[in-house]
Amino acid sequence: MRYMFMLYNDESAFAHVTEEQMQQQFELFGQYIGQLKQAGIFVDTDWLQPSQSATTLTLKDGEKRVQDGPYAETKEQLGGYFVIDVPDLDAALAWAEKCPSAHYGIIEVRASAMPDGRNGADA
Amino acid sequence: MTPAPATSASDQIERVARTAYGRIVAILAKRTGDLAAAEDALADAFAQALRKWPEDGIPKNPESWLVTVARNRDTDRLRSSAHRTQIAGDALSTLERRADAAIAETMNSLAIDTIPDERLKLMFVCAHPAIGAEIRTPLMLQTILGLDAATIGTAFAVPAATMAQRLVRAKAKIKQAAIPFELPDQDVMPERLDSVLEAIYGAYATHWMAASGGTQGTARDLCQEALFLADLIVDLLPDHAEALGLAALVWFIHARSAARLDETGALVPLDQQDTALWNRMALARAQALLGRASAQRTLGRYQLEAAIQSVHAARAETGRTDWGALVQLYEGVLALAPTLGAAVAQAAAVGEAHGPEAGLRALERLDAKALESFQPAWATRAHLLAGTANHLAARSAFQRAIDLATDVPSRRHLEKRLAALLKT
Repeated sequence: MRYMFMLYNDESAFAHVTEEQMQQQFELFGQYIGQLKQAGIFVDTDWLQPSQSATTLTLKDGEKRVQDGPYAETKEQLGGYFVIDVPDLDAALAWAEKCPSAHYGIIEVRASAMPDGRNGADA
Repeated sequence: MTPAPATSASDQIERVARTAYGRIVAILAKRTGDLAAAEDALADAFAQALRKWPEDGIPKNPESWLVTVARNRDTDRLRSSAHRTQIAGDALSTLERRADAAIAETMNSLAIDTIPDERLKLMFVCAHPAIGAEIRTPLMLQTILGLDAATIGTAFAVPAATMAQRLVRAKAKIKQAAIPFELPDQDVMPERLDSVLEAIYGAYATHWMAASGGTQGTARDLCQEALFLADLIVDLLPDHAEALGLAALVWFIHARSAARLDETGALVPLDQQDTALWNRMALARAQALLGRASAQRTLGRYQLEAAIQSVHAARAETGRTDWGALVQLYEGVLALAPTLGAAVAQAAAVGEAHGPEAGLRALERLDAKALESFQPAWATRAHLLAGTANHLAARSAFQRAIDLATDVPSRRHLEKRLAALLKT
């Protein structure tokens, strides 16, 4: 079963982060990615530019509308994600707990609805 | 097989439904992770049993029969899709023969005891942290005991349609998020088991609240279901101290349910209940469960709560309540799980053990702001003040406790106390 971890956090808190703290975070994330790869469950990850740089687009009202800014103006914004492949939710939650951003943000865990995502690494 | 009369077959089906519902749902859902589909398949199997058992007789292993028939729903589905694609008839009958052969084979080879009991895993699914706390108990009542949404809704004072919708949503979450039908890992076991016990206790608390509503008949009495779940968790975890403690607690409370209200429907405080009305068999059972729990030598919240009940129950033999022991036990409860309710109950016990002034002093040591709108604190304060010379303060405390009371029996009891105070 493929799971996505959506990493939400308060971007305004990053304004006060020092270069040194940033470097430390990079190292922690690097170690975490290493652990996921070693366990053979790593699929994908990315770190996103701040939400103020986001652009939204929709065609749902029959015409194209493009707007500046994120979809929802909330304090906690999506800052990055992981995709892993594990047998069930308990395994996914155990890995989410190890993610560095869990200490300062919120991780939303969602299972894949794709047929190939639901029969992935079950074993 | 000799044909059995229709009534005995449906009696049998009802009996099997009662004891086997959760066992069969657990087995079916463990394979697919789909509780709703498992329940549908079992409902179909029961419907088939209602048709076939009166004619063919009751199978030797009704549970195995039901499991097999429910599992063959997959074959049925295959058959109907084959029908749609116009596959030749003899291929279909081969499939049908195979399904019947599978039933016969299972019926011959499986005794009831050989069906593994997966209900503990199902309980862990129902009380999973990813499932909302408010729906865990309803989910257990439905999937383990087969209660319908309307019955559960009535017990929880929620419209049937709303309860049904919540249950459907929870089952969809279990399936979509792939909550595993497995026992949790050792490192998370204690907290996970705690939420299972809490959900079971929730069934009893709901029964208790419904019984307190004073509206007999409207609220479905979940007492038997709660006792069944408490006994079940002890069967599944016979050496677990807190599971035993929980069962003991539920049986203690159940034992004195007949003495709980007087003829006017007013609450009778535990230490004033007529012990002749207590159910001795239930008390003995509770005491035995608590004994087994203590033998495990791991203290916990439910055991302490049960021990408090046990001290009260001892009055049936000794004629008195050991308030000093109760003060100690509440100390233990507060150390493990500090709650305002336990702190107030301890103050009440202090009042009985060392006099009302001591009890009032104990109340004063608690968070005054939190106590301001906490009904049990006002009821306790009123009771303690009534034991002092300050009857004026007692009266206003009783009035405040009456205003804050949410259940009819407590309010009636307090109104009686206030009326008695006004006469003096």
